[in-house]
Amino acid sequence: MSSTEVAVKTEIKARLIPVYIMGKKYEVPETLTIMKAIEYAGYKYIRGCGCRGGVCGACSTVYRKPGDYKIHVGLACQTVVEPDMYLTQIPFYPALRGTYDFTELTGKPEEIFEIYPELFRCVACNACTKVCPMDVQVMDYIAALKQGDIQKAAELSFDCIQCGLCASRCMGELPQYHIAQLARRISGAYLTPRAEHLKTMVANIETGRFNEGLDKLKAMDENTLKKTYQEREMEPATAGEDWAPKDNQYL
Amino acid sequence: MKISYYPGCTLKTKAKNLERSALACFDALGIEYEELPRWNCCGAVYSLADDDLIHIIAPVRDLIRVKERGLDTVMTLCSMCYNTLARANELMKNNEEKRYTINTFMDEEPDYAGEVRVVHFLDYLRDEIGWDKLKEKIKVPLNDLKVAPYYGCTLLRPREVALDRPDKPTVIRTFLETLGAIVVDFPSATVCCGSYQVLGNPEAALKVSHGILDDAVKNGAEALALACPLCDYNLGFRQDAILNSFTDAKEIPVYYFTQLMAVALGIDPAVSHFELNRESSLQLLRDKKLISGAAS
Amino acid sequence: MPLEILKTLSDETFKKKVMEISGENFHKCYQCGTCSGSCPMAEHITVLPRRVMAFLQLGNREKLEQSNTPWTCASCHTCQVRCPRGIDIPKVMEALRLLQLRRNINQIEPSSISKKEIVDLPQIAMVSGFRKLTS
Repeated sequence: MSSTEVAVKTEIKARLIPVYIMGKKYEVPETLTIMKAIEYAGYKYIRGCGCRGGVCGACSTVYRKPGDYKIHVGLACQTVVEPDMYLTQIPFYPALRGTYDFTELTGKPEEIFEIYPELFRCVACNACTKVCPMDVQVMDYIAALKQGDIQKAAELSFDCIQCGLCASRCMGELPQYHIAQLARRISGAYLTPRAEHLKTMVANIETGRFNEGLDKLKAMDENTLKKTYQEREMEPATAGEDWAPKDNQYL
Repeated sequence: MKISYYPGCTLKTKAKNLERSALACFDALGIEYEELPRWNCCGAVYSLADDDLIHIIAPVRDLIRVKERGLDTVMTLCSMCYNTLARANELMKNNEEKRYTINTFMDEEPDYAGEVRVVHFLDYLRDEIGWDKLKEKIKVPLNDLKVAPYYGCTLLRPREVALDRPDKPTVIRTFLETLGAIVVDFPSATVCCGSYQVLGNPEAALKVSHGILDDAVKNGAEALALACPLCDYNLGFRQDAILNSFTDAKEIPVYYFTQLMAVALGIDPAVSHFELNRESSLQLLRDKKLISGAAS
Repeated sequence: MPLEILKTLSDETFKKKVMEISGENFHKCYQCGTCSGSCPMAEHITVLPRRVMAFLQLGNREKLEQSNTPWTCASCHTCQVRCPRGIDIPKVMEALRLLQLRRNINQIEPSSISKKEIVDLPQIAMVSGFRKLTS
């Protein structure tokens, strides 16, 4: 089989469908993601494209389908094209980000109210939740923050990728995703309980208990170090609860 | 039957003293309740424009949540939440055209047509529990405590959602009598405290609030009983500003009606978060020997 | 003659708009003044509610736009429950507010409220204040 034959076969496989990119019609293979289709149509990304893996939130896209009043959303790198879709990418949407000295915060809800008083302009229209490509319950986390429940807001907004589509649709002109980020920061730094065993361990390290062992390792030449590593005592896969290493001087 | 309890945002922070004392009273009175799941802010004020429905979405959404739980009654403690939810409910019940538009707009929610009943704890006490039953449960009658019942606006106006006669309400009066208090009627009982004008025109709000407190004091009240966190802010929290601005102003403790009920039902005062009230509030209860010294 | 002068001064579009937004017919008002007598903000407003009704009947947009009345009204509804003509005056006040707010002009700026005040304010005050006084 010659190489030209292979190429012809590939072309037959991928049927071309019409899509409208920013209002202009293009014929693109139906198997492509929106991002690939945009590139196929001849556009070159210098912005609005990041990880290509559905995580970074740079390629949020809104689109409509014929005969359907609803606004649809998706990440361009994750969403496959559909015939006659009208789409545009919204790589960035301006939203006011509050300035604050994080070390001065203590975790009181009033601190969020101070930085983002516009929080109280939410009318619970739910446009934010409807437009979220990550299915975050945006309206619910805003409601939780209005009630002063930072932990709940942090949990509800955990999947947020900061794409900003919520802010683009907001009637109350809120920068939801920035507010949620602050909530998660506060949650992580001030509200989530500290692990007690970690505290004990850090204190232990600070007493210098492990310095001698570390110094010994640091002084080794590369080969000895490798050998020591390979010969280290390992917990067997079948070990029971009561297993303990023979060398227990650091326990 | 179990009722759905709608707290309102402020009751989770600044007005914890209203919520906690009320929930303790629910338990003491055997009221079966559950907090409404996924409730959102009701909007605090009902939209008054004829062509504006977006601001009615929030309370309707809450009513839909109640319906989804299969419960027929939602109870509020905050009078502003009561007013907003009740007015939205009336609209959904009676206005076919607007109901259609709102239901169509909320295409992600089930339809709603006013199936839920909105009550405030005060009318629930009067109409469902009954004053007699409340009286039976009183352990510490509020003897000698001279309390002025303050209604404010949203429990009484407009008429379509009023839980009592707007011009001559008696519900808080009877409530206080049942608790054993000496009720001090005063002309300003239904006068507005200035409400949200604390943001728009704070000086005017301060003066209006001063007038109300002054009226209560001049009629011999030792304390005020109310049901609204915004009234409490204007009349309670801002009393310091009132005392500073008006030379004739006198300190007067302000309580949520539920806090007084909790005291009368013999509930541990620590539950009622009196530290969120004016300092004089706890002192007055101690002076009247209604609570023992230690709690705060 | 005087009627004719008033007619030419009357801003009919404005009147119609207020009627449309409020859903209220202020021409029903017979100027008894019960509203003004009931208004808790009476000493703080530049045009009493009775005169607001009169200016509306006359279509005097200027007088109403210069007044602080809709911005000082606390929507307490005392005038509403007492009006012998059954006019929902708070709705009229709302319409007068919205005519400005809908042009994207705020009466108060959330971002200029002092941090100290926000720490003290209950959420309910901000929610209601922003609804009534911001666009």
